[in-house]
Amino acid sequence: MKKRWICLFVENEIGVLARITGLFSGKSYNLDSLTVGITEDNTISRMTISLTSDDRTFEQIKKQLSRSVEVIKVVDYTDTPLHMKEILFVKVNHCSDADISELFRISKVFGITVIDYDGSTVLLECTQTENKNDDLIILLKRKFVNRIEVTRGGSVAVESVSISER
Amino acid sequence: MEITGAELFVKALKEESVTTLFAYPGGQAIDLFNALYGEKEIDVILPRHEQGLVHAADGYARSTGKVGVCLVTSGPGATNLVTGIATANYDSVPLVCFTGQVPTSLIGNDAFQEVDIVGITRSISKYAVTVRKREDLAETIRKAFYIAKTGKPGVVVVDLPKDVQKAYGSDSYQKEIAVRGYKPNTSVHMGQLNKALDILSHAKKPVFLIGGGVNIAHANKEMTQLAEMTGVPVITTIMGKGAIPTTNDLYVGNIGIHGSYAANSAISKCDVLFSIGTRFNDRITGKIEEFAADAKIIHIDIDTASISRNIIVDVPIVADAKKAICALLEKVKPLHISEWTDEINRLKMEYPIDMQKSGLTPQRVIQSINELFEDAVITTDVGQNQLWTTQFLDIDENKQMLTSGGLGTMGYGFPAAIGAKLGNPHKDVIAISGDGGMQMNIQEMATAIVYELPIIICILNNGYLGNVRQWQEMFYDRRYSSTCMRYRRSCETGCNTPNHCCPEYTPDFIALAESYGAKGIRVTQPEDIKTALISAKQNTKTPTVIEFIIDREINVMPIVPPGNSLNDMILESEESTE
Repeated sequence: MKKRWICLFVENEIGVLARITGLFSGKSYNLDSLTVGITEDNTISRMTISLTSDDRTFEQIKKQLSRSVEVIKVVDYTDTPLHMKEILFVKVNHCSDADISELFRISKVFGITVIDYDGSTVLLECTQTENKNDDLIILLKRKFVNRIEVTRGGSVAVESVSISER
Repeated sequence: MEITGAELFVKALKEESVTTLFAYPGGQAIDLFNALYGEKEIDVILPRHEQGLVHAADGYARSTGKVGVCLVTSGPGATNLVTGIATANYDSVPLVCFTGQVPTSLIGNDAFQEVDIVGITRSISKYAVTVRKREDLAETIRKAFYIAKTGKPGVVVVDLPKDVQKAYGSDSYQKEIAVRGYKPNTSVHMGQLNKALDILSHAKKPVFLIGGGVNIAHANKEMTQLAEMTGVPVITTIMGKGAIPTTNDLYVGNIGIHGSYAANSAISKCDVLFSIGTRFNDRITGKIEEFAADAKIIHIDIDTASISRNIIVDVPIVADAKKAICALLEKVKPLHISEWTDEINRLKMEYPIDMQKSGLTPQRVIQSINELFEDAVITTDVGQNQLWTTQFLDIDENKQMLTSGGLGTMGYGFPAAIGAKLGNPHKDVIAISGDGGMQMNIQEMATAIVYELPIIICILNNGYLGNVRQWQEMFYDRRYSSTCMRYRRSCETGCNTPNHCCPEYTPDFIALAESYGAKGIRVTQPEDIKTALISAKQNTKTPTVIEFIIDREINVMPIVPPGNSLNDMILESEESTE
């Protein structure tokens, strides 16, 4: 089992998202995250899909996606140098003054921003890789037990322009 | 010129050379039917149920190679198509199904007879789409026909809201079409093909394994040439049967859980398995780890997703069967493999599929059909009747068999025969069915009568849902749970003793046929089989129902028990060895 990344160019039409997600659920393929948005050509949408699977299933998934009429192109990003980011909001509730200072310290170390705050609740915004966001959530869960609310956007990815991996 | 959407619909059908339309009206399709009124170029057929309708379109498409076209109303009209859509799509049959829909302004309002048919059929069709704007109508219909019949053929659903049918717009219908996400494969990779040829030329024990793809591509003649030029024995799946004439010396038989012993053994022993147009479905592989364990496998298929899914192959080739076979024909050379062919022929002689029973057996019925009909389309239903037909029916270039192989839909055979007869008025069309499946679409008898279709319907009546009963007998301690068709409430519970004070069968198929105005013949003795078939053949006015009363507990043999490998077969039922 291995983490995989796929970039999908699809027709920007009603029902296409249902077709793609239906393919995953109908064939029991595991899906970690899926994001979708319109491209510079407003008839085309671009999806970034991350999933975990073995080689054989992954080959099958790519084939099944490409044979869908609504799918224009399937690009396997698994071993490609990528820029990859996921937006993450974390709300931390019932904060004491000490908690708040701690959150400001965490935000400095992790390179994230406190974007809103009302005295007892702090809202953090984090735009990092999926893995880094995972790390942050683990840390916050441990420190602020049952007090955090997580909203994740799912990853978007694009190939690197230069060679190195980000 | 400005015309309505409904008028454009009719124009589009003509542009697509549609001459037969299977259609059932309703509120949200009434404008389309209005535009069809008095239409001379299109024969509009009104079946008695939408499921019968779509199976008839399927039978029409399979037997003519043309696209089958359906038109039904919204809601229940559309949902009644679902089983037939899945049946056709599973067997790669080109259909375009038009469904009426509530006006776009009402979609999502839980309007009367509104269902999201595109959502319902998304996973069982090749493509499904709602036309939301009148200006998209022509292109969408063009696209539907193009997608249905190219590449791996399949079903396209086009949902037509009522306001789109009524709206005026351009009358233009362009034949040129390009769909950017859909590029059916049209070439053959010569490098891969040469690799395959190299492996084949060194084979000592090669076989061809042929699936439905060869029949769909109409490559039967080329396949026969390929077999004869190489001398390599040919094994088929149920869907591939007829790829080369079954009477050809190189034909071994069907593979699979009810395949012939020679075919299954050859697959297990071969050193090169050259397969074309099959997806290695679980019904044919048996225990997957032991399937063709010693063989190098070459796999030609039009669908990339069929390759290396169930079986890992050594040489994958994505191509249309006919194109690939034609390319092979230019390069193949005869193989010197007489030892291997002798071995297969010996197995074929020693272990023929033969019921070895006296009396009125399915084998005698089907062999009589072989003898009496030369130019025919034979449809089957699903279950024992289907398996016996695939075992005993002879097929050559003038005979074709239509069967629901992928989905296994009971109720398919009879309506499919109606479609086949409409498409092939000069051929004899025979539906072989069981007593169970026949009752699933019996209402279509009226369709066969009103369109004056002299179809021959052979019901093999054992009073059981026989295939399930056979499994209950062999693997479930004879617990005949819900499989007896003669059961009545007054019967003792847990009965597994047929012919022990059994109530009369209902319905009386002969009286039923006659009530529709069809001819009915009941056959109970083997010597009457041919007389009945001849009399049916001579009845050119109405359908003929022949009910063959067969042994109640007759089994389909041989069988690969679940979980076994292919050559580990039970050859005869206990009863017949007595």
